[in-house]
Amino acid sequence: MVDNKQQWKAWLYLSPAIILLLVFTVWPIINTLRMAFLEGYSAQAEVGGATFEFGIGNFLKVIEYKKFLQCMQNTILLCVLTVPISTLLALLIAVALNSIKGLQKILQTIFFLPYVTNSIAIGMVFAAMFNIVGSFHGTENEIIQTAGIINNVIEFFGGERVNWINAGSQYWANITVMVVYIVWNALPFKILVLLGGLQSINAQYYDAAKVDGTSRSRVFARITVPLLSPMLAYVIITGFIGGFKEYTSIVGIFGETMGPPDAPGRLNTMVGFVYEALENKHQGRASAAALILFVIILIVTRLNMRFGKKSVYY
Amino acid sequence: MKVVLENLTKIFPSRNKKSNEEVIAVNNFNFEIPDGKLIGLLGPSGCGKSTTLYMLSGLQKPTSGKIYFGDDDVTELATEKRGIGLVFQNYALYPHMTVKQNILFPLQNLKGEEKMSKEEMLERAYYAAKLVQIDELMDRKPNELSGGQQQRVAIARALVKMPRILLLDEPLSNLDARLRLQTREEIRRIQKETGITTVFVTHDQEEAMSISDLIVVMKLGVVQQIGKPQEVYDNPVNLFVAKFLGTPPINVFDGKIKGGKVYIGEDAVMEVKDAADQDVIIGIRPEGFNLDENGPFHCKLENVEVMGRDVSVVSTNAASLNPVIRSIINSDNKVNTESETVRYSIKPHKMFVFNKETEERIYFEVK
Repeated sequence: MVDNKQQWKAWLYLSPAIILLLVFTVWPIINTLRMAFLEGYSAQAEVGGATFEFGIGNFLKVIEYKKFLQCMQNTILLCVLTVPISTLLALLIAVALNSIKGLQKILQTIFFLPYVTNSIAIGMVFAAMFNIVGSFHGTENEIIQTAGIINNVIEFFGGERVNWINAGSQYWANITVMVVYIVWNALPFKILVLLGGLQSINAQYYDAAKVDGTSRSRVFARITVPLLSPMLAYVIITGFIGGFKEYTSIVGIFGETMGPPDAPGRLNTMVGFVYEALENKHQGRASAAALILFVIILIVTRLNMRFGKKSVYY
Repeated sequence: MKVVLENLTKIFPSRNKKSNEEVIAVNNFNFEIPDGKLIGLLGPSGCGKSTTLYMLSGLQKPTSGKIYFGDDDVTELATEKRGIGLVFQNYALYPHMTVKQNILFPLQNLKGEEKMSKEEMLERAYYAAKLVQIDELMDRKPNELSGGQQQRVAIARALVKMPRILLLDEPLSNLDARLRLQTREEIRRIQKETGITTVFVTHDQEEAMSISDLIVVMKLGVVQQIGKPQEVYDNPVNLFVAKFLGTPPINVFDGKIKGGKVYIGEDAVMEVKDAADQDVIIGIRPEGFNLDENGPFHCKLENVEVMGRDVSVVSTNAASLNPVIRSIINSDNKVNTESETVRYSIKPHKMFVFNKETEERIYFEVK
């Protein structure tokens, strides 16, 4: 222990980090709490000299708001769909990558590429793939639409063209596109973590299993997955946290309208709602929504960890 | 189940692309392991003993040669179809399973006709656990067990399927000295009780000698000598085997055979028949010396270490290839510690003579 006379030195050395944390992390959190619990708070009005009463009006407004419920539904739906799908896919790809020899390095790089690519850029490419790109007038003034690659593939196999993201598209079609995009975007990090985990498993466990004539599926279920469980838990927990903060991916596909042109805001998420409220200068409402999101993430993470305690081997 | 190895060879291709040096891990190994015996594969690291074990297990495929279990050619047979039990050097117990689950695991893999009911499996698992005396620990996880207990669990897991052959890779190397003594007795007992042909690998000659029915001494992939431990100790075929077996190690000297006499340095220590004149290397076991006031072999006395039953006399001689000569003498014989020299006569059956170039044993009769 440092004696008391020397303690100021310790504080001095810590001060750069502490000051930054206080300014950019601690104060915003406190301020969010303050703004959320002041009725109808608006920063602009406060600067103008207005005072606000303490109360939970912001929360009530947010919850009553139909748009917010839509945002919550979208967020939860995307989370529940994408986290299991991406985790499962990442696990399978990681196991496959781990078991091949020759092209491992190249494939690893390919699978990692999305991670280092801007997600808005990826979103635009995805949008182009699912889009009905444009239309032109054919002979006899009939309107012919050109489709993105996905619809072309569907047509090639004799299917019917689907309106994925354009005006007049269905909610489920929008969600499907979002799930494909988010899963694809989430894969690289998960593959990386799981592959690292796989490579740290002692090969003798597999030799032992081989001697005992263990089938491949049983090796996977009884040895690989349990020994990988810490990594899986990590990937799932961070996946849910990231999923609840989903925002840029929607912007990437649909732009700032957060939905098809004829139904703006249909795919908005909770973070999107917060941004929107801030844009409309309802800082109080935005803070309340942010706190609700925080509580939801806290509860889900606690549940994840409690479930994890039983099934994760460390 | 007897096991036959026929011209067994394993060559590892060179890892380094620049040099094309392949490694011959096991070179033309021929051996018939008799049924129900405990065999020790013995040699320094890199001698191919573990490779041989893994070829027996099927985890490695031989480059050439055949392996027979009984009359079945198993050379091409997959590991799981060979009916072997393998205990890994670091046990490879599944860390997330309890002891019981670990032991049950091989049984749960059985399919088709071999498939067992839950009760049968449990019965078998408890039988195996009792055999290695861990039936009290069935609900623990491996990391809650001591090294010795983990070792037993690994043996139980290998035994539970009633393998035709039990293979142990350096079974004692992860245990401390006391546990090692205990566990080697244990392995011997379990092997006797089950009667399963057992092959184990070790670099510790004492370990191999103390429990094996037969030992196989290997060096750089080549089998040097196969035999009962005592026979190999008493009759090494070359200098390597003589040096590798025995604690304290054998004393080695530069010497020659000239005119029917064996010389160590200038001392003619023995008269022999039918031996051509040549330069030789002479090995004498520590117990091969008799204190003898008129003995032919002169050494400079350095030190006497009392060990109770015996004394260990440390001396030097110009011809010695080891820094000191160590002889074990019954403590009834009093060594004159005041004297500067000590004289020995040599017990003929404890002295081995080797060709200086080939290091092969030279056999002769003592006059």
